[in-house]
Amino acid sequence: MSKYILKRILIAIPVLIGITIIDYAIMCLAGSPLEMLQGPRVSQAAVEAKKIALGLDQPIYVQYFVWLGQLLHGNLGYSMKSYQSVSSMIGSHLGPTLLLMGVSLLVSLLFAIPAGIYSAIHQYSKGDYAVVTVSFLGSSVPGFFLSMLLVYLFTIRLGWLPSSGMTTLGTEGGAADVAKHMVMPVIVLAFSMAGSNIRYIRSAVLEILQQDYLRTARAKGIGHFRVINKHALRNALVPIITVIGMEIPVLFGGAVIIEQVFSWPGLGLMTMSAISNRDYPVIMGVCLLSAIVVLVANLVTDILYALADPTIQLD
Amino acid sequence: MILRNIDDKFNKKAAGKDIHSESYLQTVWRRFKRHHLATVSLVVLVIVVGAALLAPIIAPYDPTEIAGPFAQPPSKEFWLGTDLIGRDMVSRLLYATRISLLVGVMATLISAVIGVILGLIAGYFGGVADMIIMRFTDMVMSFPYILLVLVAASIFKPGLWNIILILGFVDWPGIARLVRGNVLNLRETNFVKGNIVAGMPLRHILFSEILPNTVAPILVYATSVLALSILDEAALSFLGQGVQPPTASLGNMLNGAQSLTVLTSQPWLWIPPGLLIVIIVMAINFIGDALRDALDPNGGR
Repeated sequence: MSKYILKRILIAIPVLIGITIIDYAIMCLAGSPLEMLQGPRVSQAAVEAKKIALGLDQPIYVQYFVWLGQLLHGNLGYSMKSYQSVSSMIGSHLGPTLLLMGVSLLVSLLFAIPAGIYSAIHQYSKGDYAVVTVSFLGSSVPGFFLSMLLVYLFTIRLGWLPSSGMTTLGTEGGAADVAKHMVMPVIVLAFSMAGSNIRYIRSAVLEILQQDYLRTARAKGIGHFRVINKHALRNALVPIITVIGMEIPVLFGGAVIIEQVFSWPGLGLMTMSAISNRDYPVIMGVCLLSAIVVLVANLVTDILYALADPTIQLD
Repeated sequence: MILRNIDDKFNKKAAGKDIHSESYLQTVWRRFKRHHLATVSLVVLVIVVGAALLAPIIAPYDPTEIAGPFAQPPSKEFWLGTDLIGRDMVSRLLYATRISLLVGVMATLISAVIGVILGLIAGYFGGVADMIIMRFTDMVMSFPYILLVLVAASIFKPGLWNIILILGFVDWPGIARLVRGNVLNLRETNFVKGNIVAGMPLRHILFSEILPNTVAPILVYATSVLALSILDEAALSFLGQGVQPPTASLGNMLNGAQSLTVLTSQPWLWIPPGLLIVIIVMAINFIGDALRDALDPNGGR
């Protein structure tokens, strides 16, 4: 087992280095920070001086290693707009995003797991068709359109829920207020995730139901309930781990759009404003961070997968 | 299980017709039709694509010209009303569908070509080429997809062809992995080994023996890429980073609805394009699902 984990980590290292190279290459492609300085009032000599100060006169691979060295010290560079350090900007916006993502993931699993299992057990029944149709709807509705429908219904028509921000302006906030602001973004994110989760869990459970050990369990005559609950569901744990691993990158992406629509003060909103300001150090910092999170999530999924399913070949 | 899957209808049909004379495509079509939602979806999609293709003929007005008073609610003259500067909504929707479908199809084609080539190379040659290609695939897949697209869109100015290229160049890793896996399996089959022993040229083995045997899963996967590309174009254009006005796309028609007046009192400006996206994407997803069952050689159902 430890050999397998070590092997997976060794494969991940070149990927991680590659990610930093791609990230750095995109940042270089986006333009040099000197362009921000140029203007009628800045002399050519001042630009040259700045170029040397920033180390931009060095060959590109030297610049990459300098950047990588800074990275290892936790320094992601500075925003071109606010001159704050990127790592502190990410730190201050991370909380709301993690809250939103965590709750959405939980809600989507809370619906998707029972729905997927029900659908698989009652394959080709009316209920199964209904669940599958709803799951297709979930993966076909653009998040922003569903958000607009919800805002139209719950904010404009009914006036029940606030449509933007995390707390009501001018108040202390508090858990209840935050929860109220979270309802709509969570519905949108959870609905789109539940769409693919339901179908994945359904087909995984269907596969389990066709296994020989379940036929044996049925043949023993221990009853339908115990066959499903003792033998089938325990094995359904493996696909559920995979689903969580798969959803991490989707969450990062979905959060960008949903945070923008609901003005949720998280990483996504920060990234969108950095994109419209062309603030590349911030954008690439977020990209790098999320790529690393995805990589680690995949690694952890693979390892958990191996731990949960003893039949998986480790070599 | 298998016994349960053979329903009465199937038995009757099989008894009436000689099943051995059926061609592969007929089998696929017979199986496809059993998925009722997909059959309906196919009809819907044919209508939508037909209307989009015929847009220059059937559109009542020019989509970029001011045709009447601004922000008119739906009426006999303007079926879905007019937008904020007085352009006809029906005409704009027709042209927007054309653009959105164009983006989806072109992006899917580009990513399929890249994915197939890289997957074939990685799977067939193995070794160093395989390792480099698959690690590169891992890297691209690690970046959250929409973030990568947004960054690319902000570096290369947003616009129709840039969006197509960006989506195409970001979508390929899934197809590459799929093709590689299939090629790895096919390489071990006797008919491919036979070709190698017979000294057939590499081009023949790759494109005439291996590729045709992996077309079905690629086709199924491509439908989901198509659905995703259409959704992504819509999201990008909605955020103002995609197809730029005055060209209408289904996404950028929703962009204007971020203002409160449009959202509250002019629902005809944002509900139709949104619904159209849902209908198109859902139809494609259902068709993909039915194709998966119909093309599966072991699919009894």
